Amino acid sequence: MLSIKDLKAGVEESQILKGINLEVKPGEVHAIMGPNGSGKSTLSSVIAGREDYEVKGGSISFEGDDILELDPEERAHKGIFLSFQYPIEIPGVSVSNFIKTSLNESRKAQGLEPMPAGDLLKMMREKMELFEIKKGYLSRSLNQGFSGGEKKRNEIFQMAMLEPKLAILDETDSGLDIDALRIVANGVNKLRSDDNATIVITHYQRLLDYIIPDFVHVLYDGRIVKSGTKELAHELEEKGYDWIIKEADQC
Amino acid sequence: MDYQRGGPVLKEQLIQVFKDSAKNGLPFKAVREKYIQQFDTDGFPTVKDEEWKYTNLLPLTKKDYAFENTDGIINKEQLEEFILNDTDSYYLVFVNGVLSKELSTITEGAFVVGSLKHNNRQDILEKYWNSCLPQKTDTLVAINNALAQEGAFVYVSKNVVVDKPVQVIYASSNVQQDLFLQTRALIVLEENAQVQITERHQNFDDSFVFTNAVTEIVADANAIVDFYKIQNNTLNCSLIDNTWVKQAKTSNCTIDTFSFGGKFTRNNLNFCLTGEHAESNMNGITLIGKDQLVDHHTFVDHAVPNCNSNELYKGIFDANAKGIFNGKVMVRPDAQKTNAFQANNNLLMTDNASIDTKPQLEIYADDVACSHGCTIGQLDENALFYLRSRGIAKKEAQAMLMYAFANDVLENIKIPELKNKLNRIIAKKLGVQLDIEL
Repeated sequence: MLSIKDLKAGVEESQILKGINLEVKPGEVHAIMGPNGSGKSTLSSVIAGREDYEVKGGSISFEGDDILELDPEERAHKGIFLSFQYPIEIPGVSVSNFIKTSLNESRKAQGLEPMPAGDLLKMMREKMELFEIKKGYLSRSLNQGFSGGEKKRNEIFQMAMLEPKLAILDETDSGLDIDALRIVANGVNKLRSDDNATIVITHYQRLLDYIIPDFVHVLYDGRIVKSGTKELAHELEEKGYDWIIKEADQC
Repeated sequence: MDYQRGGPVLKEQLIQVFKDSAKNGLPFKAVREKYIQQFDTDGFPTVKDEEWKYTNLLPLTKKDYAFENTDGIINKEQLEEFILNDTDSYYLVFVNGVLSKELSTITEGAFVVGSLKHNNRQDILEKYWNSCLPQKTDTLVAINNALAQEGAFVYVSKNVVVDKPVQVIYASSNVQQDLFLQTRALIVLEENAQVQITERHQNFDDSFVFTNAVTEIVADANAIVDFYKIQNNTLNCSLIDNTWVKQAKTSNCTIDTFSFGGKFTRNNLNFCLTGEHAESNMNGITLIGKDQLVDHHTFVDHAVPNCNSNELYKGIFDANAKGIFNGKVMVRPDAQKTNAFQANNNLLMTDNASIDTKPQLEIYADDVACSHGCTIGQLDENALFYLRSRGIAKKEAQAMLMYAFANDVLENIKIPELKNKLNRIIAKKLGVQLDIEL
């Protein structure tokens, strides 16, 4: 589904990603871990098409198509979703309006008619239940005055509405208390299927107790220095990153 | 020497217009004489005058104008696009400065919705005409004072709440020669009276029309006025809009100015608070593009204690648009416990757009809370990426962020249909179809 080969990217002179290789197949959950500044958020931004980063080499293909030349909105239309570490507040635009616009823009790109208002509302209600979101939330301004936890829950709610093929959750666990974490993780798990894939970016192993990954990758200094299964996450939790960094630096 | 001040021909012409009209008997002749003399002495302002430093009038004053035109014809269907159709309203429609009796709903009773020339309350006119203006005024105001004879007249007597909004439209059409119009409005609210007014200058063909408007608003004790100025004229029209508000104790006056159209727009908005616990609100959204200029000059005169003034202007400037904001707040020595808040926030969409913004606070009392702030910035790239990553195209995403930016002005509009109308105007101006319900 997603194939990243020798990806090099950075901002102006500084190179942040120094040759990333990653294969994600439908139905898989990949966790990307790593210390601060290792390039985790850069990787997610580059996949989603953020223009601030310059891709200097390598390729990203999604379902066989090269996506590096595509605008962020075009990547979204193809089914890539990025949940933000710091979701943006947009006063005056309600959650329901935003989701409606977002959903219908994607439908438009796929040559579909806008979703009928009744169907949309029904879908919203179902997904709200999934994430234990209260009534009245839909008419609030997007993320404005939301707590950290509400913002993250709202991100996952949007993800549920947009039904992406590939979801990238960037530090979704930060700012979540344990109950919110459980709700968000349960929601993500319920949305998992054989057709879609998830990349979970996180500092801590905690989230991976709830969203069980098939693969765990450690990102350090712009490269994936170690890959393994979920046990690797446990090992990291116990021993920290130092031993991997040492291993990597020796290479 | 005089030539360099610009428009010597126009000046002579205007003085001649005054002399000609005076022969036919002008109301308030003595007052007018005074102002035409002031104009004769001062001439048009230039960029050397502090108040006109960033706004050059010369392109407007060197044209060859006609000063009246009675050929304008507008029908009801033409108006539909420019009014609030679903809000039951009183209408005052002027075409090339002349009252259209067919399109207006002249009302006389506990309140008057009429025109300065067509009403039965000359007593009110006598009492309040020129009552909000200072002795010495800006030149453009002086010209209007000397020459203007027609425009909206709304009078609301004590304890009366006008049941529907009053929609005032200054239309222009069928103008063969560039037209320079002086329009005038007088709005008088007695104690406890209330009214909502919308105002629009609208050109209906390719005419070049330059309007110099003066509106006086008198709000007696506890009166409430909401006045909405919708400036979305065609790009060959220019407007100098002078508004003077005088407020007595516990009155509340809000003036919102929405500037989207027109080539050259200068708003001079002046509040004088003469009674305690009065509140003045002035808000604006400016959204302009290629070759447009909008200049907001506001002045709030806190002459007495315990009054509030709130000022919030948002500006979005695209292409080579030019904006000017000058917000002056005067707190006189007696005006203790004044609360004055002022903010001017601007977005520049290109490197060629500009805004000159200047807060100007003069505070002579020591126990006051006054704040001001202006910002100039660009759309937040991070926010833009957020929206685009959700599948919203760049243009729409930008528009959405602009709505968000302007939202705190829009959300306070008290006429729902007006809010929707403005949303549509903004969407059209931005070239997007966004179904945003604010």
